[in-house]
Amino acid sequence: MGKSLFEKVWEAHSVRQLANGQTQLLIGTHLIHEVTSPQAFGMLRDKGIPVRFPHRTFATVDHIVPTDEKSEPFSDALADAMIKEIRRNCEQHGITFFDLASGKQGIVHIVGPEQGITQPGTTIACGDSHTSTHGAFGAIAFGIGTSQVRDVLATQTIALNRLKVRRINVEGKLGPGVYAKDVILHIIRLLGTQGGTGFAYEYAGSVFDNFTMEERMTVCNMSIEGGARVGYVNPDPTTFDYLKGRPYAPKGADWDAAVERWSSFASDPDCAYDDVVTIRAESIAPTVTWGITPGQAIFINENIPAAENAKDAAEKASIEEALEHMHFIGDTPILGTPIDVAFLGSCTNGRLSDLQEVAQYLRGRKVADNVKAIVVPGSQGVSMIAEQMGLDKIYKDAGFEWRGAGCSMCLAMNPDKLIGDQLCASSSNRNFKGRQGSPTGRTLLMSPLMVAAAAVEGKVADAREVFSVHEKQTALA
Amino acid sequence: MASDPIKKVSGRAVFVAGDDIDTDRIIPARFMKCITFDGLGDYLFYDVRKTEKGEDKPHNLNDPKFAGASILISGNNFGCGSSREHAPQAIMRAGFNAVIAGSFAEIFFGNSTNLGIVCACASDADRKQLVATIEAEPSTEVTIDVVNQQIQFGQYSIPFEIKPGAKDSFLSGSYDPLDELLEGASSVDAVVSQLAYMQGA
Repeated sequence: MGKSLFEKVWEAHSVRQLANGQTQLLIGTHLIHEVTSPQAFGMLRDKGIPVRFPHRTFATVDHIVPTDEKSEPFSDALADAMIKEIRRNCEQHGITFFDLASGKQGIVHIVGPEQGITQPGTTIACGDSHTSTHGAFGAIAFGIGTSQVRDVLATQTIALNRLKVRRINVEGKLGPGVYAKDVILHIIRLLGTQGGTGFAYEYAGSVFDNFTMEERMTVCNMSIEGGARVGYVNPDPTTFDYLKGRPYAPKGADWDAAVERWSSFASDPDCAYDDVVTIRAESIAPTVTWGITPGQAIFINENIPAAENAKDAAEKASIEEALEHMHFIGDTPILGTPIDVAFLGSCTNGRLSDLQEVAQYLRGRKVADNVKAIVVPGSQGVSMIAEQMGLDKIYKDAGFEWRGAGCSMCLAMNPDKLIGDQLCASSSNRNFKGRQGSPTGRTLLMSPLMVAAAAVEGKVADAREVFSVHEKQTALA
Repeated sequence: MASDPIKKVSGRAVFVAGDDIDTDRIIPARFMKCITFDGLGDYLFYDVRKTEKGEDKPHNLNDPKFAGASILISGNNFGCGSSREHAPQAIMRAGFNAVIAGSFAEIFFGNSTNLGIVCACASDADRKQLVATIEAEPSTEVTIDVVNQQIQFGQYSIPFEIKPGAKDSFLSGSYDPLDELLEGASSVDAVVSQLAYMQGA
């Protein structure tokens, strides 16, 4: 009987069993940002404990960074205190910090892969639930709390329960205008927001075999929205091609050894899974959330659910609560719903290929008068290449604001926020009540091209029609 | 840091209705602009409790009947979403020692356990009984018996589920794992030496 990637990586990083039965697991790569790390450093200071392996922690600043005016001090004194604190902590402990002036700053889940820090067969933890993104490389990557950030800093390990593994096969060919974002929204819709609790998701099948690394990252990123703390794709030549030549990737003879080692971590064909789910790619259409959890999603041509059709009292209450917050009426189309804001960015969809894909359709189009549209590259690296390619001009000509790198309007820790009950077409990952900064703000999650379609039309629209998407075009580069 | 064992949690309880209560709801992100966890208790469920002008909304958490409650009761998939430990920290700092829900999101459960907050999973029917009891009589003393996995209130006793590892940690007072992890240092070095990517610096 073979082993899954999860089992192999887990075993290679298991230190010992703890008294309560949990595993002491080595965290090979630790990523930190300004929001969930300062208290951890404070705890170490209080106890007089040093950082055990400072060269295995990498830091950047993303959540609180303003995306328009980045000169310091920030106008928000609290945000300014936070960037100073992480800078101080990294200096004091000898931790690599991709600071604003480095040209490498950005959303932590975009920076790690971009720098080649994210590698197959490794364990990666970060005080951020979207750490599952790095699973796209065949790493076991997951979010942790601040006390565990402390544990990693102090010991390079955490105490964890082993997960079960569910393989999710997506087989066939996605239709034109259907993207990785639609795939993961559809998976969450099918399996539920807590369906993945206790599981690592292994994404596989021909759709994933053919996906680029950036598409794989989009899917792995939102695993946690389905309750799965870990989501991964087995490493293959697509993975290795992406990593080759990146700053932290192995070089020369080390590279060949690394590829051989990385390949050995892929799940064996005869390994056992705790569960297997298979989905046909052709059954997936552009998907949009209508409610207040990422599982409350429908195809663009479906009607919003009605409370009276709920399968039980709990679902009825959930639908009623969501409809009330969203100001929607059950059993009516989502298509044509007027929007106020369009947000293109985040660790889910703020990568170069996302910006390229949209740009090729946006050329010559205009954002509707009533819509505020912003595009936020996920990192300074993405921003630089996009500007070299002239993408910024395409967006600006269309009426988008072209911003600097950061988490921006995905969550409300910087100046980019919804106002009042504004409705936002968003390429981000969470549509929770208040997520985008206004307690009454409303979020519709969708793919980047669907965000652009909504921006151009001023209302929720089918990107396939708005942009005449027939066959999948190749990206600009 | 061996802590005192947690064999039972007793106190009055308050109900926050709903499934899929996410950690943004428990502590909105705008209150995470801080470098310590001090004072987070004031912002627990802020947007649920307060209007945009900062006035109290009608809610159990604002109701004097439930003031001083130390056990929180809610629905399924409690604590989903962001991994922010600010959520259990806010719960703890607002005076709660335990949460009784249908189920918990995984990261929230782990973060809470590390802080010594008991997360107990009880069935929908049993929680309904519990909520009916405390809403009829808010002064009802609720006791979570960790050893026997029972929740007692008034004349009732209902069972609850908890991960065995978390239960052991509470009973032995080892729910904060740092000391035990530090003790494994030599074993850590042995594993590190086997991993090519860990070398250097």
